[in-house]
Amino acid sequence: MSEELRNIYGKELCKLAESDNRLIVMESDLMGAHGTKIFKEKFPERFIDVGVAEANMVGIAAGLANMGKIPFIHSFTPFATRRVYDQLAVSVGLAKLPVKIVGTDPGVVAELNGQTHMSFEDAGIMRNLPGFIIVEPVDSVQLKKMLPQIIDSGKPTYIRLQRKETENFFNESDDFEIGKIKEIKDGTDVTIITSGIMLKETMNAAKMAEEEGISVKILNMHTLKPVDEITIIDAAKKTGAVIVAENHSIINGWGSAVAEVLCENYPVPLKRIGVKDHYGEVGPLNFLMEKYGLKDKHIFEEIKNILKRK
Amino acid sequence: MEISELKKIALKIRQRTIKTIGILGRGHVGGSLSIAEALAVLYYYEMKIDPKNPKWEERDRFILSKGHAGPALYSVFADLGYFPEEWLETLNQPNTKLPSHCDRTITPGIDMTAGSLGQGLSAAIGMAMAIKIDKKDNYVYVMMGDGETQEGQVWEAAMFGGNQPLDNLIAFIDNNKLQIDGPTKEINDVEPISDKWKAFKWDVHSVDGHSVEEIINALKKAKETKNKPSLIILNTIKGKGVAFSENLVSSHNMAVTEEQWKQAVETLEEEVKKI
Repeated sequence: MSEELRNIYGKELCKLAESDNRLIVMESDLMGAHGTKIFKEKFPERFIDVGVAEANMVGIAAGLANMGKIPFIHSFTPFATRRVYDQLAVSVGLAKLPVKIVGTDPGVVAELNGQTHMSFEDAGIMRNLPGFIIVEPVDSVQLKKMLPQIIDSGKPTYIRLQRKETENFFNESDDFEIGKIKEIKDGTDVTIITSGIMLKETMNAAKMAEEEGISVKILNMHTLKPVDEITIIDAAKKTGAVIVAENHSIINGWGSAVAEVLCENYPVPLKRIGVKDHYGEVGPLNFLMEKYGLKDKHIFEEIKNILKRK
Repeated sequence: MEISELKKIALKIRQRTIKTIGILGRGHVGGSLSIAEALAVLYYYEMKIDPKNPKWEERDRFILSKGHAGPALYSVFADLGYFPEEWLETLNQPNTKLPSHCDRTITPGIDMTAGSLGQGLSAAIGMAMAIKIDKKDNYVYVMMGDGETQEGQVWEAAMFGGNQPLDNLIAFIDNNKLQIDGPTKEINDVEPISDKWKAFKWDVHSVDGHSVEEIINALKKAKETKNKPSLIILNTIKGKGVAFSENLVSSHNMAVTEEQWKQAVETLEEEVKKI
């Protein structure tokens, strides 16, 4: 375990803002949750807290972006997306303004905040808005490497972000490109495409499988949009079976995106592991992952199942 | 510019607007005609703009939050030379650059995409804040409809804006008192507008929205007010200046025949001559 991701995020934004006066940080009463207080202290003139008013935050961000600023706006995933969907569609997306929306506590990570704060459709609905980039950095290294690309993209971007302690999977020497899947390990029998907190479960499941002689290829699809079609198709060709594991509804998320690519280009047996069309509930992370079938053992079961379908 | 000239410009805006909608055969007549004087004052008197360069960085900005009044604004832009006047005949036609509601990405002169009601004031606040951050002295103007202020986001923005030292932000409410489903008073009364915005800590002025003198005067007072944003309530008549649309609920989006628009243009021309 390492430093909380929110602290790393807040410090990184400060570092980037030193040399880029376009950066603005906006909050809707969750400064502490997002580690952005440090930004307020360092750049008070570029920190805006609108209070509990997410729609207004999105609109103000659009206005700032319309004048050349690059605002990073923050809330928990449901309030950063579905609560402000029309504002994101019209004031940001249609207007082609590079607002950076940071949704935190994705999916079951909302834990004890429970059903009202637990969104399983956030990335999916954002995927439907033309022109948006959607990323889910899996650790602090990936986050830090992606932030400059997110800033330079000139596009509205949804960043699905954990904020608490996270394991580091990558080294400073690893490179990431928005829109390009990162291979974690190669394999020949089955491909598992995954993102966010599901990477660790997937890596564990792959170990279980390999103890039984099954070779697993793991791909980290940190960018949900644009979809890296080439890497997905290549993996399907090589392994002949694909599992997608996501901390999100299996409707319209990572699994759906991969299914769309494969169905149209190279159909192979496919299994989506994720939240199966229901709302959330309160509970510690492990309890929720057990209950919703998101643990390594669930993935391992599906590895064995999909091999029978090849 | 002379007051009489601005009055003529307002009538010309109405002429081009009703013709633009008339050629198409249907459109947002009422709410376009009610803001003609305000647009005349803003674009021909008050705002810092360069007609030769709609994208001039140092310009003042205007957001038509009640985006359905686009045709009135387009008729201003055509006159200013932002695009050829013939473009007006393409309103809402396939592949047009003049859509029903304002789109900053395709129409020269449009400073912000708007038309999903309730969103323009927030964007205006963001733009005014950016100007303050950059220590510039430009103004941001935003036009809302009275019915539009039934949207919750307007009040999120009103509350936040009232707490900011944004004396470079001047909002308008086109209080034409009619919305799609009927008189605003009967549907969901937005009055007392003035008291509400004063309670939200705005500098508020209420004027005859068809008097260029009163609008100019209110803008002067608004600009004298420091450390808070201003609201100018334009008390207007929906469909003003065109007999078949004036003060009619149905004027929000109505059919216009060739005979009707040609007659309206003629009548307005007679009004111009009287000034």
